Amino acid sequence: MLLQLKLPSIRLNKEISVEEKKIELNKVDEFPPMPVSLGSMRVNKTSSWRNFRPIIDGEKCIGCGICWKFCPEPAIFPTNPPEVDYDYCKGCGICIANCPVDAITRQDETK
Amino acid sequence: MKTVMNGDFAASYGAMTSDVKFVAAYPITPQTLIVEKLSELVADGELDASFVKVESEHSAMAACIGAQAAGIRTFTATSSQGLLLMCEVLHWAARARLPIVLANVNRAVAPGWSIWADAQDSISQRDTGWMQVYAENNQDVYDSILMAYKIAEDNDVLLPMMVNLDAFFLSHTSEVVDLIDNDKAKEFLPAYDPEYKLDPKNPRAFGALTSPEHYFEFTYKMFEAMEVAKKKITQVGKEFGDIFGRYYDMTESYKIDDAETVLVTFGTIAGTAKESVDRLRKEGKKVGNLKIRVFRPFPAEQIIDALKNAKRVVVIDRDYSYGNEGAFYTEIKGALYDANLRIDTYGMIAGLGGRDVSTTVIKEIVEKAETSEPNKTYFIGVKK
Amino acid sequence: MIEIRLHGRGGQGAVKAAEILARAAFYDGKVVQSFPFFGVERRGAPVQAFTRISDDVIRIHSYIYEPDVLVVLDPTLIGAEGVNILDGLQENGKVVINSSKKPEDFDFHGKNGIKVFTVDATKIAIEHKLGSASAPIVNTAIVGAIAKVTGLVTIGSVKKAIFDTIPRYQEKNAAAAEATFNQVK
Ligand code: SF4
Ligand code: SF4
Repeated sequence: MLLQLKLPSIRLNKEISVEEKKIELNKVDEFPPMPVSLGSMRVNKTSSWRNFRPIIDGEKCIGCGICWKFCPEPAIFPTNPPEVDYDYCKGCGICIANCPVDAITRQDETK
Repeated sequence: MKTVMNGDFAASYGAMTSDVKFVAAYPITPQTLIVEKLSELVADGELDASFVKVESEHSAMAACIGAQAAGIRTFTATSSQGLLLMCEVLHWAARARLPIVLANVNRAVAPGWSIWADAQDSISQRDTGWMQVYAENNQDVYDSILMAYKIAEDNDVLLPMMVNLDAFFLSHTSEVVDLIDNDKAKEFLPAYDPEYKLDPKNPRAFGALTSPEHYFEFTYKMFEAMEVAKKKITQVGKEFGDIFGRYYDMTESYKIDDAETVLVTFGTIAGTAKESVDRLRKEGKKVGNLKIRVFRPFPAEQIIDALKNAKRVVVIDRDYSYGNEGAFYTEIKGALYDANLRIDTYGMIAGLGGRDVSTTVIKEIVEKAETSEPNKTYFIGVKK
Repeated sequence: MIEIRLHGRGGQGAVKAAEILARAAFYDGKVVQSFPFFGVERRGAPVQAFTRISDDVIRIHSYIYEPDVLVVLDPTLIGAEGVNILDGLQENGKVVINSSKKPEDFDFHGKNGIKVFTVDATKIAIEHKLGSASAPIVNTAIVGAIAKVTGLVTIGSVKKAIFDTIPRYQEKNAAAAEATFNQVK
């Protein structure tokens, strides 16, 4: 039996403030000095290239937190069971491959 | 307060007076006493900073990049192979526009193994986007670090700066250094407060994938920043002089007004060259010296202005761009060409691998230029 | 500008002596520079160290080839194979030798205006229990003799420099420097 962790319930505050609207870069003078997102990452959603989404089965999940730790984005909230943030999940499947009880399945995004 | 210290310690104290908050370093050869002293100062509570020991020079720069991106002033030091191992992250620091300051002890590159003075290490990192200063003496090392932060952190510059000092001729040589007290230093160099930093309250993506639509503009921005830096270096050098009495600029002319032969030098050779100028003038030779203190950004305008009346321009390089000539020589010629100045030039490669460039050697160089074909490269002192 | 070249053997502390001398001159208000020969040193091998003392800024950064003053910490170096102590010594130059002999015993004394001074720094170091009897440390002691012979630095500054440079036994080292100051001939 795997050690069951009590994951801290943390979620990202996604409220967007006025200044955080997405900015278009057209002229060099509008560019920041370095490649940095001008607006907050709250508006720069990076999930557009996802082909399939991971679905966590809360019944099967044993709350080990491996998916949360391994997600490279990171796009998994450490809730119990963990919750995927589909605004940022890129669909790499690392969580699926590493879940010890196969509680995560893939769902095709294109259909 | 005046004291006597070697160049390594002058660099350590330069970082301390600049109130750096983070130092990362790999402590094995070719590392120098610079970081050893800093670790001592941190351990003794004299410098309120984190000192992080890492597993390589690459990691040292990577750690500085992380810390600087989080909005704190960082410092590291390295030398020869260590600087070369940093290469990838040197580019990263510059393109991420992080005003990190690094002290590099100019040492020859292996093989054969060498710990002696040679600028090949930093010259080979010329195109990483770092500004480069070459110090003439230990006071220059100390002052340059303080000025480097002020220049680098300017909002219109935001580029890292490398302060280079010759191995042994500065690093292990004790000289008088006038230390600036902390309050005065803080007035000159206020706390680091960048506009762009890693901040959980305002999450941003840094260094993300940049398409051809945007990458070009970021490089153009660095071109603009380097242009601003040229003015800034002069301006900060003057401001520093007004406060502390020691003036600095990108170049320094010595007795060039009536000089027929102008030596172009950098690092410690510049100091010895000035001494040589005085000795050669006693022999009736009209010689002058132009010191290139800042190599990046390249002070083409100042160089043109200084050399426009010369009959002979003799560039001494303690480096060699394999397959071509000395790096300074190429660039000096480029500047002269831009100004339509057709002056006889001589590329003199000297002092490689710590070979001493004494006043006698410089005299030999001047005589060689007077009697040799112009627009060519000569290796001085090769055993034949 | 006065240029001083010190000759010793690896482990004798010629580099420290050069540094103490420079520091002492600095305390006397001079501009100074001191450095070792940048070699790969091993114990017992001949080594050199250098000091420049000036009223003005020192711009030159190279070894010393034509010294005004020579200091020999180890008399066995004189005439030793591959070492030419006198190389480049200026006319009327001074040579301070750690030796129990008299200046006249050295054949270059008086030649070219060269003036030799001797002091038995080894004996003085042993008397002051610096190092061991078989390997006495003479580097601090000899600086006292240099001070006396050249008048470049005051003995007070030499002692202060010893206190600020040497981590241990400062009193004994300073006393040894004072002894060579008084005994050099
Ligand atoms: S698919 Fe990849 S990005 Fe998406 S939640 Fe799993 S590990 Fe994270
Ligand atoms: S989904 Fe799988 S990996 Fe994630 S916490 Fe549950 S059991 Fe662990």
